[in-house]
Amino acid sequence: MTGPLIEVDNLSLSVAHRPEFIIVRDVSFALQPGEILGIVGESGSGKTMVARSLMGLQPQGIVVSEGDIRFNGVSVPGMAPAALRKLRGAQIGMVFQEPMTSLNPSMTIGAQLEEPLKLHTKLNRTQRLAKMVTILKRVGIDDTAQALKAHPHQFSGGMRQRIMLASAMLLKPALLIADEPTTALDALVQREVMELMVEMVRQDQSAMLLISHDLPMVARYCDRVIVMRQGDMVEEGPVDRVISAPTHDYTRDLLQSLPLRGPARELAAAPQPMIEVRALTVDYRGRGGLLGRGALKRALHPVDLAVWPGEVVAVVGASGSGKTTLGRAIAGLVPASGGQILYQGQPVARNAAYRHNCQMVFQDPFGSLDPRMSIRQLVGEALRHDGLDRGEVTARVTAMLEEVGLGAAFLDRFPHELSGGQRQRVAIARAIIRNPKFIIADEAVSALDVTVRARVLDLLSDLQRRYGFACLFISHDLGVVEQMADRVVVMRDGRIVEQGPRDAIFDAPTTDYTRALLSAIPTFERTETGVSLNWRFASAGENASQDKAPI
Amino acid sequence: MRPMRPNQIIGLTLIALVLSAAVIGTFWTPFDPLRIDLRNKLAAPGLPNLLGTDEFGRDILSRLMAAAGTSTSISLITVSFAVCGGVTLGMIAGYARGAVDRAIMMVNDAMLSFPSMLLALALLSITGANKYGIILALGLAYTPAMVRVVRGAVLSLREREFIEASRIMGNSAAYTMLRHLLPNCLAPVIVLATTMFGSVLLTESALSFLGLGVPPPAPTWGNMLASARPHMSAAPWLGIFPGLCIALTLLGINLFGDAIRDRLDPRMRGL
Repeated sequence: MTGPLIEVDNLSLSVAHRPEFIIVRDVSFALQPGEILGIVGESGSGKTMVARSLMGLQPQGIVVSEGDIRFNGVSVPGMAPAALRKLRGAQIGMVFQEPMTSLNPSMTIGAQLEEPLKLHTKLNRTQRLAKMVTILKRVGIDDTAQALKAHPHQFSGGMRQRIMLASAMLLKPALLIADEPTTALDALVQREVMELMVEMVRQDQSAMLLISHDLPMVARYCDRVIVMRQGDMVEEGPVDRVISAPTHDYTRDLLQSLPLRGPARELAAAPQPMIEVRALTVDYRGRGGLLGRGALKRALHPVDLAVWPGEVVAVVGASGSGKTTLGRAIAGLVPASGGQILYQGQPVARNAAYRHNCQMVFQDPFGSLDPRMSIRQLVGEALRHDGLDRGEVTARVTAMLEEVGLGAAFLDRFPHELSGGQRQRVAIARAIIRNPKFIIADEAVSALDVTVRARVLDLLSDLQRRYGFACLFISHDLGVVEQMADRVVVMRDGRIVEQGPRDAIFDAPTTDYTRALLSAIPTFERTETGVSLNWRFASAGENASQDKAPI
Repeated sequence: MRPMRPNQIIGLTLIALVLSAAVIGTFWTPFDPLRIDLRNKLAAPGLPNLLGTDEFGRDILSRLMAAAGTSTSISLITVSFAVCGGVTLGMIAGYARGAVDRAIMMVNDAMLSFPSMLLALALLSITGANKYGIILALGLAYTPAMVRVVRGAVLSLREREFIEASRIMGNSAAYTMLRHLLPNCLAPVIVLATTMFGSVLLTESALSFLGLGVPPPAPTWGNMLASARPHMSAAPWLGIFPGLCIALTLLGINLFGDAIRDRLDPRMRGL
């Protein structure tokens, strides 16, 4: 009975027929029954590939080229398809990243939960129903009769992830693989789902493999951690040891990349705010019928906000809190339904000075650059209205590219040839090349890997200091906000809940919601000896979650 | 420039062949394509009529060459018409949305609900059966499909952040459409245009068959194919050669279209 549940020996994965394209190189680890193991790595590190190969589910065309995986002593790569199917679901359960797409939208929850029971057990209908009701109760869904009849779209993301977890745990698998299970969820919901998952795994004495890019998250919930980088396993060990005494440079790099709060800045006094928002409201019109118009939905309740020259104001909140709408309304991408937006005291509507001085950096560096334009054209386009000749444009673009750390070699490349971080640098270059007074950064670093994110953030705050533009920094990532912001605005359901200087918000929040938000995410704090893992306000705000029951 | 791939070379060669046949055909043909020689009707391919003669003894090769210009120019102009109209309307509808979109798409969907053949017939009864009438009628009949495709592409593109980035930079709607939307929705437009080209060639022949195409005795590939039908068993070459011309032209256009699409896309250049 005792041996390890999973043994991975010198596992290498490569592209079939092309053994020189190695995806994962020489990975070995063992997983004991009941143990929680984390695999941390950035995109392309091969962490997902390793997890999938444990149940023979690596993408077509990728094969185990060397080494072996043994599940309870039986080699997985050598298994017949029928044996593999028995393994999946019954012995190994999986929770995916995207709760919106991992449930079949056209099947009721009941039908989807029943599927594995029909496949892997000989229970009759009543027994199956009893099992389904029990598991739904365990994941915190009380109205089980309703839930079994409901379809996935009737549930929120957090609830769907609970249902995914229910279906994965239904057969009490010996191993649960969770691949970025909470990355798509809001901070508050993230914590609930993670804690539920760990609790269930412990109760059922299953082992768990948690795959994530989020080192603090993994450190908080796992016993042991593996750090992967570009297909190599660079570090393995107990969480405490890896955090306090990392042996590999890359792990150290990862730990160092975590955002850090700097000292508060003194801003020069200014006679009037750069941007002033007075009682701004935004309504969206829902879909109407053939003749009637849809009902109005208020995305932004009257909001007042001021951004002073040279100031970085962060807007934080869960999804649906209206933070993006606020930014887009200020940028003029969404029409305001009421209220005023003033730029240096002047209304912004048809204000050419404002158009030139308000620029935006978007979240998705893959979507915000026209794929058919070269970097020269992309950055140069911002100068189109300045009447410069080609030589002058190229000179300015080159200088700007140097500033964002890219250089002239990038002039004639196209976006698809650049990495995510490089693209975001291009997007930043394009936003500030005309030396605007105000920048809106909407989740500007959220799509980037941890180490890349740290460098882009450094670049952004460096440029902010040198160019002195004011910045509205919209983010759900409190760590990043803590590093960047002078002032923080907390939003919820289209309203501003709390705003104030960064240190006041982070150290002494006055509302329960802010406190809950801050306590939802484990963070590292640097101490003299290294880093230590913390919850902020560990006891506070358990009930402040937004994740209400469905239907 | 990177070297061309074999299928691109084939495509270009075919198009060059058709175009040179069309150009030569307007100045010189082995025989007069309209000269009737009833003693020599339905002659099999050989000498002196390389590809044989039709039911009136007219030389098929000469007629094919003379028809090349008419057929390809009708198709080309019709497709250009549909592309210009379809791209303009589709882009405006997709970008403006709201009332403008609804107005354009209501008319467009009404036109789409007729089979294009029927629509062309109705329009031909207004314009009259001649080359320009056919171009106008077919052009109008084929535009709605293009509008649909372009609008769909634009609707999904305009949600992309680079379109918003263009607005943030203070670019006008017209500039954004031309510089950012147009190049990015070219791929489906080219695919649709190449299939349309073939479809127009065939519709033109169907119209000829109904007596509404380019009026006889002027040859087009379509009406040659149509008039070959009664003689299918006795003189199969009557149908084979115009059919072959249509098929090879289509193949050439399709390969050529793919080549253009790949050339225009920077993401494909490195491959």
